Amino acid sequence: MSVPILEATPTPEPMITRQTTWRLLMNNRLAAAGFYVIALVVLIALLAPLLPLHDPDVTDPADRLLPVFSESHILGTDHLGRDVLARLVWGTRISLLVGISAALMAAFFGSLIGLVAGYAGGRTDNLIMRGIDMLMAFPYILLALAIVAVLGPGLLNALYAIAVVNIPFFARNVRGIALGLSHREFVDAARLSGKSHTAIVATEILPNVLPVIVITMSTTVGWMILETAGLSFLGLGAQPPQADLGSMLGQGRALLFTAPMISVVPGVMVFLIVMSINLLGDGVRDALDPRLRAGALTRPMPVTRIDRENVPAPDEMARASALAVTELETSFETAGGREPAVKGVSFSLRKGECLGLVGESGSGKSVTALSVLGLVASPPGVITGGAVTIEGRDVFSLRETEIGSLRGGKVAYIFQDPLTTLHPLFTVGEQVAEAIRAHQPVGRAQAQAKAVDLLRTVRIPDPEQRASAYPHELSGGQRQRVGIAMALANEPDIIIADEPTTALDVTVQAEILRLLQVLRQERGLALLFITHDFGVVAEICDRVAVMRRGEIVEAGDTAAVLGNPQHPYTKRLIACVPKPGQGRRFLEAIRRLPAEEAAGGSGS
Amino acid sequence: MTDAISVKNLSKTFGGEWSLFGGRSHEVKAVRDVTLSVKQGETLALVGESGSGKSTLARMIVGLDVPTSGEMRIAGKDARALWAEGPQAFGRVIQYVFQDPVASLNPRKTVTAILDAPLRLLRGYDQRRRQVRMRELMEAVQMPADSLGRYPHEFSGGQAQRIAIARALAAEPRIMVLDEPVSALDVSVQAQVLLLLEDLRREFDLSYLFISHDLAVVESISDRVAVMFFGEVVETGAAEQLFRSPRHEYTKRLIASAPRLETALGATRGA
Repeated sequence: MSVPILEATPTPEPMITRQTTWRLLMNNRLAAAGFYVIALVVLIALLAPLLPLHDPDVTDPADRLLPVFSESHILGTDHLGRDVLARLVWGTRISLLVGISAALMAAFFGSLIGLVAGYAGGRTDNLIMRGIDMLMAFPYILLALAIVAVLGPGLLNALYAIAVVNIPFFARNVRGIALGLSHREFVDAARLSGKSHTAIVATEILPNVLPVIVITMSTTVGWMILETAGLSFLGLGAQPPQADLGSMLGQGRALLFTAPMISVVPGVMVFLIVMSINLLGDGVRDALDPRLRAGALTRPMPVTRIDRENVPAPDEMARASALAVTELETSFETAGGREPAVKGVSFSLRKGECLGLVGESGSGKSVTALSVLGLVASPPGVITGGAVTIEGRDVFSLRETEIGSLRGGKVAYIFQDPLTTLHPLFTVGEQVAEAIRAHQPVGRAQAQAKAVDLLRTVRIPDPEQRASAYPHELSGGQRQRVGIAMALANEPDIIIADEPTTALDVTVQAEILRLLQVLRQERGLALLFITHDFGVVAEICDRVAVMRRGEIVEAGDTAAVLGNPQHPYTKRLIACVPKPGQGRRFLEAIRRLPAEEAAGGSGS
Repeated sequence: MTDAISVKNLSKTFGGEWSLFGGRSHEVKAVRDVTLSVKQGETLALVGESGSGKSTLARMIVGLDVPTSGEMRIAGKDARALWAEGPQAFGRVIQYVFQDPVASLNPRKTVTAILDAPLRLLRGYDQRRRQVRMRELMEAVQMPADSLGRYPHEFSGGQAQRIAIARALAAEPRIMVLDEPVSALDVSVQAQVLLLLEDLRREFDLSYLFISHDLAVVESISDRVAVMFFGEVVETGAAEQLFRSPRHEYTKRLIASAPRLETALGATRGA
């Protein structure tokens, strides 16, 4: 076996990602501030036995209620003459200890329950989660009070109560993730590798849930410290003379008007701790959550950022075409600078013509298609050069509102999976009608009637009935027909279809291709068809352009390119498509294929 | 010679249980009365549309799902006996390769950790032997040995599928069920993976149940083809013969629908 390894060798990256998590956290100024405050508080609390403090429990009635900044009592003394600073430091120590232990206990038991429920599923899941629901149905403080009432007052019992009250948060969060993970293929694969259920939960699912547990813990620790203080405030937690922030507040309450500082001091400390932990917790969540990290929080701009170095003027050819793309360059901003995805792509599309843009994953065909109307998400996308001409006008010089009116108007898109592009909560009729009303000043009823007409045009059987169906009630093929109906809503001149049949079965694909062909001929539509499938290109396209790594390597009439490819990459791609009737000779042909000169199939 | 897989009147029904409220839930017959066999050393292709029950049938054959009724014999052993021996008994004789290679590899485990499980649990090899086997497996699927320390997200789709194949091979099974193993891959990568699968089958004397919706791919690798339609096997036959003269209505439609490069070469389409 001497077949070369085609794909590019990957570069190792884990070290870099681990660094960035920490840097991301520290870049968040609020989280960094929270981190420093809580670190300081924890340090002081840990060093309490070593610090030159008074004994927090020694009473001295002679020195009672000394004000702040008194000699030898910086924060004054309380009603029994005890040093407030000493009680504060020791009290913080106890509050932190109780809060954090409660969080750990709740996290441990809650996650365990969540993992078991999520992985087992079915009846076990139902039984456990209804139990958890019952626990959640009580107001938390009432439940904690009830637990302490049964166990008796005391710091340890308060800790148990708070841990129990918080178990549902962990159980529900973890159960949701574990449920999703337990249906993933790698769990099935682990079962086939001979792993037992316990081993799967511990070694396959737990590592994937761990970030969620950490996030939940970092956002609830502050809350639990507050709850501990609450129970102590009510006299159910720390018992005198032991100091803890809650009991200090409770004792200060009686003297709130004569000596406010006695309750203000522990109050400020509770505020500092809870605030800093919550800020840090939010920062940890933002840094760990992969969705937030990918920039989901930053809303994409309405039009891709345009920063063109060269702006070619449209020539005669471009002005005569329905759509002309000239030397288009689109890049993505990364930490290491601008990474070009489309490098100087040019093509034109005449009225009534179908141009196929073929390429493998990562070839830049979809980015090209999205760039036409500035739909590449920005950040990180930037259009760095070239021009797109529609009806003789340069699209990238238009105002945002003008580009907006082109979208879905003159130029319409059809995407790969209509289940993700259709809104699940509206009927398909409403969605087609909305597409009409976005561009035409028509009433609701009129738009609805037109929507039904459009559904009939795309050959959906019984369109009056089907218009009131929700996307999930339709088959994949019918959903894609709805997608096409929405594209047709405003009588576009140009349709850009991005892998519109890839998610469909072959028999359905054949029907959709036939429909597109008929619509194109009836309406004189220009069709830009993006696909990876040469068979589909052969079925529908007049001309074809082959893309690789952001460039068009070969373009021409479909019959010429497919029948007599010139570029070695095109030749290779076509040779790699098994042809019906070729049978086992196909693999023999692949074996004889010369090695590719460079990494070609990478990037998927 | 015994059949690698022999399935008789196999059915699988989802739902239909009585619940506490609301009576019986909706019943779906995913697989109905399927009978088929894969001979030792043979590649049987299973074609059909999404929802035709191909994957449900495959999951039952590898022991991930329990059939509602019917009989299965895997590598000459009754499935009930395999079930009785425990979940590892299935894994030793039959393995599964999933459609989406990235989803089938745990994102938080290195390739070493992924390959370690079957070598340790199914083959019971000691530490030294496992390391040697891992390097052999990487060589068999034509991946560099330094891939072992990497995480799945560092690989392209084709490379990830090679690793998934290596994991299946690690159990040293006699039979492999390949569920759309090349559908998620680019054409050039797809061709290389198909070639790899064919070479591995010869080298290790494996039997394949190859599930696909792509008829041209099926034709290039299979000896026989079974066509599934709404949970039933409607037609079985030698690959060449079935493609040349399909008998069932649905098979005919499937073959007619497949897009062909030759359409363009004819160049007779009206503009």
